[in-house]
Amino acid sequence: MRVAVAVFPGSNCEHDVVRALGTLGAEPELVWHRETDLEGFNGVVLPGGFAHGDALRTGAIAALSPIMEPVRRMAESGKPVLGICNGFQILCEAGMLPGALIANRDLAFICRFVEVEVVDTGTVLTAAAEPGQMLRIPLNSYEGNWVDPARTGRVVVRYADDPNGSQDRAAAVANEAGNVVGIMPHPERASDPLLGSDDGLVLLEGFVRSLRASVPA
Amino acid sequence: MTTMETPVYAQLGMTEEEYRSVVSILGREPRPAELAMYSVMWSEHCSYKSSRAHLRRFPTEAPWVVVGPGENAGVVDIGDGWLAAIRIESHNHPSFVEPYQGAATGVGGILRDVFTMGARPVALWNQIRFGPLDQPRNRYLFNGVVGGIAGYGNAVGVPTLGGEIEFDDCYSGNPLVNVMCLGILRKEQLVLGTAGEPGNVAVLLGAATGRDGIGGASVLASASFDEEAATKRPSVQVGDPFEEKKLIEACLELYERDLVAGIQDLGAAGLSCATSEPAGRAGLGMDVDLDRVHLRETGMTAPEILMSESQERMLAFVRPDNVDEVLEVAERWEIDASVIGTVRADDRLVVSHDGELVADVPAASLADDAPLYHRPVERPGWLDDLWSRPFQPGEVPVIDTLLDLLRQPGVGSAAWAYEQYDHMLFLGTVVGPGHDGSLLRVAGTGKGLAVSTDGNGRLCLLDPRRGSARLVWEAALNVAVTGARPLATVDNLNLGNPEKPEVMWQLVEVVEGISGACEALGIPVVGGNVSLYNETDGADINPTPVVGVLGLADPMPALPPRLDRAEPGMEIWLIGPEPTDNFAGSHLERLHGPAGGRPTAADPEVGLAVIDEAVRLAHVAPVLHDVSDGGLAVTIAEICIASGVGATIELEGTAELFGEDPHRFVAVVTPGWDPPALGRRIGVMGGDSLRIGDESVSVAALAEAWRGAIPEAMRS
Repeated sequence: MRVAVAVFPGSNCEHDVVRALGTLGAEPELVWHRETDLEGFNGVVLPGGFAHGDALRTGAIAALSPIMEPVRRMAESGKPVLGICNGFQILCEAGMLPGALIANRDLAFICRFVEVEVVDTGTVLTAAAEPGQMLRIPLNSYEGNWVDPARTGRVVVRYADDPNGSQDRAAAVANEAGNVVGIMPHPERASDPLLGSDDGLVLLEGFVRSLRASVPA
Repeated sequence: MTTMETPVYAQLGMTEEEYRSVVSILGREPRPAELAMYSVMWSEHCSYKSSRAHLRRFPTEAPWVVVGPGENAGVVDIGDGWLAAIRIESHNHPSFVEPYQGAATGVGGILRDVFTMGARPVALWNQIRFGPLDQPRNRYLFNGVVGGIAGYGNAVGVPTLGGEIEFDDCYSGNPLVNVMCLGILRKEQLVLGTAGEPGNVAVLLGAATGRDGIGGASVLASASFDEEAATKRPSVQVGDPFEEKKLIEACLELYERDLVAGIQDLGAAGLSCATSEPAGRAGLGMDVDLDRVHLRETGMTAPEILMSESQERMLAFVRPDNVDEVLEVAERWEIDASVIGTVRADDRLVVSHDGELVADVPAASLADDAPLYHRPVERPGWLDDLWSRPFQPGEVPVIDTLLDLLRQPGVGSAAWAYEQYDHMLFLGTVVGPGHDGSLLRVAGTGKGLAVSTDGNGRLCLLDPRRGSARLVWEAALNVAVTGARPLATVDNLNLGNPEKPEVMWQLVEVVEGISGACEALGIPVVGGNVSLYNETDGADINPTPVVGVLGLADPMPALPPRLDRAEPGMEIWLIGPEPTDNFAGSHLERLHGPAGGRPTAADPEVGLAVIDEAVRLAHVAPVLHDVSDGGLAVTIAEICIASGVGATIELEGTAELFGEDPHRFVAVVTPGWDPPALGRRIGVMGGDSLRIGDESVSVAALAEAWRGAIPEAMRS
């Protein structure tokens, strides 16, 4: 089943996402941000990076890119939509996920493995995980600190400790329907024991399972 | 100090003699734009005029060398149709004037050097040196440089796998910021910095040209510092990693579609260099129309456009029938592109601006006719005095000394810095920062590329030849403990003022030391950089060559050794020669006072045997760790901290525990293995404390000291 991996100018994790999803049997394809049609795709991933150079505010310009229109239609029709790191920031800026991501509490970029706990298995990302399952996955962000003043967000994965000040220790957040998920740590970077962990696979497998259950647009 | 009486050539950093050679080449007085071009191209930074004669000593040939020194990056064959491109550069002077942008643009520049060759940059390292962190200005510089590396490297989307950090008084007035980049490419994608054939069109890609960085190569990088350094800030360029990211992707697409005949990045000396060098290499000339250059600001003069070091620009040489396609690729990646010139059949570089001729010079003369100086060389008189005063520690309290060493910012954990760098992108980092060498897997090949860089200013002050040779041996051993065989070297020679005969002697000795070690190892030098005039107010830095060794693990070990793989019950072995009582240049010596004594020399025969052993053991041992900064006690402590397991060590004596003699590494193995000829069992892993003789300390206390080294110093 086909999954679109959106590429904005400044995206940089798109090839890693393609590689990790490809090994799990999905058919990922890179799609440039000016594309206005995602017909035939079962779902979409917004990968990490620095879309549009983080100009203005991280994710702010990307949220207005042409591809976000079909992404929004997919989200509204219940198809799996996953934002990783910068993709999570873009989904918040686009209003497809609640809250916003601001600078880390210590005002420093953080790149290291963190422990997270799956607290909600009813989403397209966590469908294959056990409730309470602990995972070791790399965090890699400066604006990873999720804030949600309205407290409407559905936290699906939590940091075991508090690396960046994120509200409710949220590492991943979903919309009400559970088909749109943003996650700050990178599951694709924990996809091979040789790289230090393959704990991210259970999340990506859940996403691939959700793609399979989804009818192409 | 510039006055009305100072001639223009002197304001541009040229000597009278150099000016006279320009007049003689042209047969007339140069026009302003011509003088500007010669001044930057003939600067120390661009022309290597003081060092070039000596750099010829380097061994540069091997069957696997595809491109040696002189191009933008060295390129070696790693088999199965793959090539690796590697390059190291310095950005010392800009980083002192403006640490964040100085470091950031250093990263940007080294990336362009590598993707100019047709390679995708896959990893960055940096080697950075500062004065002690108890001085606020040094903390500011360190923080700014790390911030610049992180800010640029992360956003441009190339992982930074660490490097090395050293602190010493001599860098207070002159920090060192060296950056290294590795790229990989398919053989057929190799591109060179050549203009190709007459009629080819020069297309300027990327950022608009502005007034930033004018004279960066001549005014800033090729002169010493004084109190007026801050006034040189406008000579520092400003980086934009987003522009560079788009430029990388656009260029890689141009290579993939075979749309360029040659390409050159715009770094030091800007358009002056990017037009003259590729034309000169092809034995051709070029017509350049500066009115076609896309500019960031109005009213720029021809010399300004030619000297500007605005970042994130490339000059591609394109067959006329491919120009439209090149412009389409640029448009798709949202970068600007201008057709600015055409390659000529003769050897003239002819530049026009505002419809007028502003330069007409032999293109090759800008590079090939640069001055070559044989500066006086003299061994410093103070060296014998230093050698006569070796540091003799006698017996020291083992655990207190170990904790003191671990608390040194140059010995303790560098996580404060490297956790600010994205070091995991591209899913290739098998052995990352915090280890002796980095190991990257090359997707789909079963091969791994290992890289290690080493520098040690104090060691090289005491004996530049022995010191620099030991750097090569250490870097080679560091790649070997990941399972890789050394393949090639790059070097960055950071030295003081070459107009002093003692500094020139250090240069000659360093080149000899590196060359000798490389010959013994059978590896070529494929590229390098020389940074001179690292002095402030007349005081030179310690001679600080930085050596990078690239190694190939083929095949890569199934589970390459890492520091965190030790388990209770495993045996600890020390492989290598018996240590001597020589502490010259060691961290124990740094703790206790001034440098003295003559460092132990590398032993090529032993060094080769130890490297062979390390490569073999990398396929069976869970942990291999080089004995270097701080000696064996620190080596063991780092394994304990990373693995969260204690150890009992049956060794004693200051030389055994804290000496830094070369060619030694530790292997942690399961009992019952086949012991290597050069090895001896020195202890066993287990418990939650490190015991050495009758002293002991908890692993938690070791970890606290080690992890706190930089954070504590930054809070002081």
